[in-house]
Amino acid sequence: MTIMEPRKHGDASDGTVGGRQTRFEGNLKVTGGATYALEYPVEGLAYAILVQSTIPAGRVVSVDAEKALAAPGVLMVLTPDDDMGLLVASDWGGNRPENQPYYPLPRQVQYNGQSIAAVVAESREQAVEAARLICITYEQTPHVASFNDTAAGEGKVMDNLTSGWGDAEAALADAPVQIEGEYSTPREYHVAMEPHGLTVKWDGDQITVWEPSQWSHGMARSYSEWFGIPYENVRLISPFIGGGFGSKGAALAHGAVAAFASRKLGRPVKLALTRPQNFTNYGGRAATRQRIKIGATEDGILQAIVHRGASETSTYADWPEQTGAATPILYKVENFSSQHRVVPVNAVTPGALRGPGKNPSAFGIESAMEELAYKLGMDPLELRLKNYADHDYQSGKPWSTRRLREALTEGAEAFGWSKRSHEPRSMRDGNQLIGWGIGCGTFPVIQAPSEAMIRILGNGRVEVVSGAIDMGQGTYTILAQTAAEVFGIPVDQVEVHLGDSRLPGAAIAGGSMLAGSILGAVHKAATAARDELIGLALNDEKSPLRDTGANTLTFSGGRIAAPRDQGPSLTLSELMAALGRDEIEILRNTLPEGATAQEQHQAWTSMAKVQGPTMGEYSMHSWCAHFAEVRVDEDFGTVRVSRIVSAFDCGRLYNPRLVESQWRGGIIMGIGQALLEEGLVDQRNGRTVNGNMGDYLVPTNADVPHIEVISVGVPDYGASALGGKGVGEVGIVGVAPAIANAVFHATGKRVRDLPITLEKLI
Amino acid sequence: MRDFSYYRASSADEARHAALQSGAMLLAGGTTLLDLAKCGVMEPETVVDITHLPGLGRITVDAGGATIGALAKMGEVADHAGIRAAFPAVSESLSLAASAQLRNMATIGGNLLQRTRCSYFREPDVFPACHKRNPGSGCSALGGVTRNHAVLGTSDTCIASYPGDLAVALVAFDAVVELGGRTISVDDFFLTPGNTPERETVLERGEMITAITVPASAAAKNSTYLKVRDRQSYEFAAASAAVGLEFEADGRTVRDIRVALGGVATKPWRARNVEQALTGKVLSPETVEVASRLAMEGAVSHGANHYKIELAPRVVARAILKVGGLV
Repeated sequence: MTIMEPRKHGDASDGTVGGRQTRFEGNLKVTGGATYALEYPVEGLAYAILVQSTIPAGRVVSVDAEKALAAPGVLMVLTPDDDMGLLVASDWGGNRPENQPYYPLPRQVQYNGQSIAAVVAESREQAVEAARLICITYEQTPHVASFNDTAAGEGKVMDNLTSGWGDAEAALADAPVQIEGEYSTPREYHVAMEPHGLTVKWDGDQITVWEPSQWSHGMARSYSEWFGIPYENVRLISPFIGGGFGSKGAALAHGAVAAFASRKLGRPVKLALTRPQNFTNYGGRAATRQRIKIGATEDGILQAIVHRGASETSTYADWPEQTGAATPILYKVENFSSQHRVVPVNAVTPGALRGPGKNPSAFGIESAMEELAYKLGMDPLELRLKNYADHDYQSGKPWSTRRLREALTEGAEAFGWSKRSHEPRSMRDGNQLIGWGIGCGTFPVIQAPSEAMIRILGNGRVEVVSGAIDMGQGTYTILAQTAAEVFGIPVDQVEVHLGDSRLPGAAIAGGSMLAGSILGAVHKAATAARDELIGLALNDEKSPLRDTGANTLTFSGGRIAAPRDQGPSLTLSELMAALGRDEIEILRNTLPEGATAQEQHQAWTSMAKVQGPTMGEYSMHSWCAHFAEVRVDEDFGTVRVSRIVSAFDCGRLYNPRLVESQWRGGIIMGIGQALLEEGLVDQRNGRTVNGNMGDYLVPTNADVPHIEVISVGVPDYGASALGGKGVGEVGIVGVAPAIANAVFHATGKRVRDLPITLEKLI
Repeated sequence: MRDFSYYRASSADEARHAALQSGAMLLAGGTTLLDLAKCGVMEPETVVDITHLPGLGRITVDAGGATIGALAKMGEVADHAGIRAAFPAVSESLSLAASAQLRNMATIGGNLLQRTRCSYFREPDVFPACHKRNPGSGCSALGGVTRNHAVLGTSDTCIASYPGDLAVALVAFDAVVELGGRTISVDDFFLTPGNTPERETVLERGEMITAITVPASAAAKNSTYLKVRDRQSYEFAAASAAVGLEFEADGRTVRDIRVALGGVATKPWRARNVEQALTGKVLSPETVEVASRLAMEGAVSHGANHYKIELAPRVVARAILKVGGLV
C-alpha cells in the first residue's frame, strides 16, 4: 500500500521561510483527499467497542458476557479476566518499571466511565448492540467526585512546583495595598474535531497502527513496550490529524485493547471512541483553584505575591495543572511564594490541554492584577507596564527576548485603549454594558532535538522526510518553505512526507516545541544536501559548472549558477542529470555530534533530551497581551465578545498566515473557556453528565468576533535555529482573564470562577 | 444500535396502520430518532418512514392563517415569506433553533415531538432511574445536575424541560395540531408530567401529526421570539419567550397579548396570567415588569436551575417591550 501519496500545494505565492504560503495540504483536506486514521481501507476489519464503568470507584467482581458472545457477529469479548500479557510502557521521561504488568481493562474501577470491557464484532453496529448485553457486577466503594467534595481533603503539595524568593508573607503584611482572591477553572476538554480511535493490523510480529498522533515515535515506543516487540516492528502512521490540543501525544488504553484484539483474532481491528467516550477515556484539563494575594505600594509597585493553588488529579496518577506557572514570571516582584497541590479524585487522570499550567495560572494572576488596578484606581495597562519584569525574577536569568512591553503598548494602540473610561459600568450601548479588559499570557520555549531527511531526486524535486506530524498547525507548509528556500525552488517542487514512525525521528508536537525543533533539523539536512550538491557540481568531471572556477554556487529562481554568472545555469533536474545521479539523500539531526544510536532512539521516543526554558543562559518564553471587548446584556447576564486585539511576541514567524490562524484558534478556545466550557459532574456518582457536543459547549462561529492579531516579535536565535519561539500554546493563555476583566469593567461584577455563564451575572 | 426493520409508507393510512404495531416508530427527519437510538433511549423494532408521503410538506398562508404540513422542513418554514410576514415569532423560533444542517433535515411534526435534553434521560446505562423512560424507576435528575431543568409544570416524578422553540410560538398563537382524524390545540397536545411523565403528548399509538394550523391574528403579525442562552447559536434556551401584541386604536392600550415561555417548563408554557394582567392596560415598562413576574407563578427550583426563575420574567418583559415598541 502506498501510505503517503505525493502532495502538491496550490498557491506558491510566497514559499520562503517567513512567507505567507497557503496551507500545503489544504486542497487535500477540503476536497476529502486526506486520509485520516479511521478511514484507511484495510480489508477484513473487525470492529471493537469499549464498555465503560457506570460506578465511580470499586472493583469488577464479574462480567457476564454470555449473551453478548451469543449475539450476531460477535467475535470476542475482553474483560478484566483476560490477561493480555502486556507490560507497562515508559513514562514521558522514558523511565519504565521492570516487568510490571499492564491492564488496559483493569479490575479496579477508579472513575465513572473507565473502560473495563471491550466487544469485537463483524460490524460496529453488532459490537455496539452486544456491548449493551454485557452485565457487570461491581463491588462499589466510596468515591470522591471532585476536589470540592468534602472528602477530597487538601491534597498533596507538589514539591517540585514550590517556588519562592524574598519574604513574601512579611512583605505582603507590610504592603499598604493588598488584594486577595480565589480563582477557579472547571474541568475542560479538548473536543478535537477528529475523535480518538485507531485501525490496527498485525503481520506476524510486525504491527501497523493508523492512529492520530502528536508524536508518532513516542507512541510507537509504547506499543512496542506493551507487546514486548522490537521498536522497529511497530509502524505508527498519522499523516493527518483532526486536531489534538494535547490529547494525542500518548498511546492510550484503547490502543492497547485494539492491538491485543487484533493479534488474538488474527484480523485487523478498528476501534473508534464515541464522542462521549472522548470525555472519559482520557483526561482533559484538570479543574483548578488558586488563592492569590498581592501586596503593592499606593502607587502600584508590587511588593509581594503569595500564591496557593490546587488541581484535581486521579486516584492512580499525579498530573499537576500548575496554577503557579505564569505567576512568577509575568511581573517584577521581589518577594514571591507559590505552592501547588494535587487533589486525587475519582476521575480519569487529567492531561495536557492547550497552554497547560500557564492557562489557568494566567487566569489567576491576570484577574488579580486587574483587581489590584481597580483597588488602586489605576489603569490596568499602566499597572502592568509599571511592574514590567526586566529579567526573570524566578530563575534570575535575563530574558532571551521579551517584547511583552511592545505587545501591551502596540496592542493597546490598535485596540484604542486610550479611549477607555475607567469606571466599571461607565460604557454602554442601549441596554448593553460594554467592558474592556486585558490579559497577558506566556508560554515557555521548550527545545528538543529532531532528525530529518532531504532527498534531491533526479527529476529535480526535493523531498522532506520526517516522522514529525501536522495536526493542522502547518508542519507540511513550513517544511516545504524551508526546503524551497534552501534550494531556491518554488514550493510546488517540494514534497513533504510526515507522520510515520518509520521516518526520521522528531520531537512531539506539544509544548509548542515542534516547529523550532524540526525546522532546525530540516534546515540542517537541506543545507547539507545543498553543500553536497555544490561539491559534486564543482568537482565532478561531468558537471557543466566545474569549469566556472567558482568556489560556491547560488540557488535562486529554480536555477543553480556560479555567483557572478560565470558559466551556465542549470535547474536541479538538469544538474542531477549531468551528474548522472538519481538521488542525493542526506540525513541530519540536531543532537550533539557523536550521539549514539541509543541516545538517538531515546531522543525521539522520550522527553529525556528536552530542554526547559531556563536550562541555558537565558530565560526564554513567548509572550502575548490580549485586549477584549465584551457586551453584556445585564438583564439576561449574557456576555458576547465583540472584539479582540491580541499582540504576540513569538519571535520570528515562519509563516505568518498559519501563525495568525493558530493564534486565532487559541483565542477562540479561550472564548469558550471564558464563557462556555465546563465539565459538569454529578457528585452522587462522579459521572460527567454533559460529555457530548450538545451539552458541552464550545464556541460557534456566531460567538467569534473580529480578532485582530499583531506580531511584535523579533527573531530569537537563542530559542531556535531559525529564530522562532512557540506559537501554538500561547494563543489561549490570557484570553479568559481578558474577558473576565472586561466583564468586570462592563458590569462591576468580578467573576472568579469560570466559565462566566449568565446566572453568574443576573 | 439494535437491528430494526424498515418500512416505507406510501400513504398516511398505511403509515398509521404500520405505526400501530408494537415497537413501531415513525421516521421523518430522523434528528431525534437517530440521536436517541444511538443513546439507547429509543429502540424501534420497526421504523416507518413517512418522508415519502405526498402532500405533507406543503405550507400555505392566507388571510385566515397558515397551514404547515407535518413534513415541511424547519428551514423551509423559517424562510417562508408568508410565515415571516404573518407570524414573525414562528419564523424566528425556528431560525433560532438547532443548526442550519438540522433545520434542513428536521420536520415540523418531528420538531414538536422532540424529546427532552435531560442528561439523565439520555444515558440509560449510567442512570437507570428515569420515570419518563421507564415508569416507576425513579428520577435521577432530582438531586443531580439541574441547570437546564424545568421550574414550571414539574412533578415529583419528572423535572425534564421541553426543549423546543417552535411549539412555544405555536402555543402563544392558539395553533392547532391536525392528527388526521381529530384536531387539538398545541397547548392541549402537550401534557405536563404529573404521575405519567412517559406520556408527553396526547398522541395515541397509530396517530400521526399531519399538519399544524395557526390562525392569523393582529398579535401574531406583531410578534417576536426572544431566546436567551449562553452560546450565541445552536443551544437550547436558558429561557425564551414568544410574544405577540395588538394595541387598541390609541396605540398604547393592550387589546390582545400572547405570551408563552420556553426553556423553563415541562411543556411549551402559555403564560395566560401575564396576558390577563396586561389586557386592557396601557403598556409601560413598569406594568410590563410587574406583569411579567406572574409568569413564574408556581415555579419551583431544584438547585442549579434557580436562575431561570429570575431570568424568565426578564425575557418575557423584554419581548413584550420590543413588540410594544418600547425598546
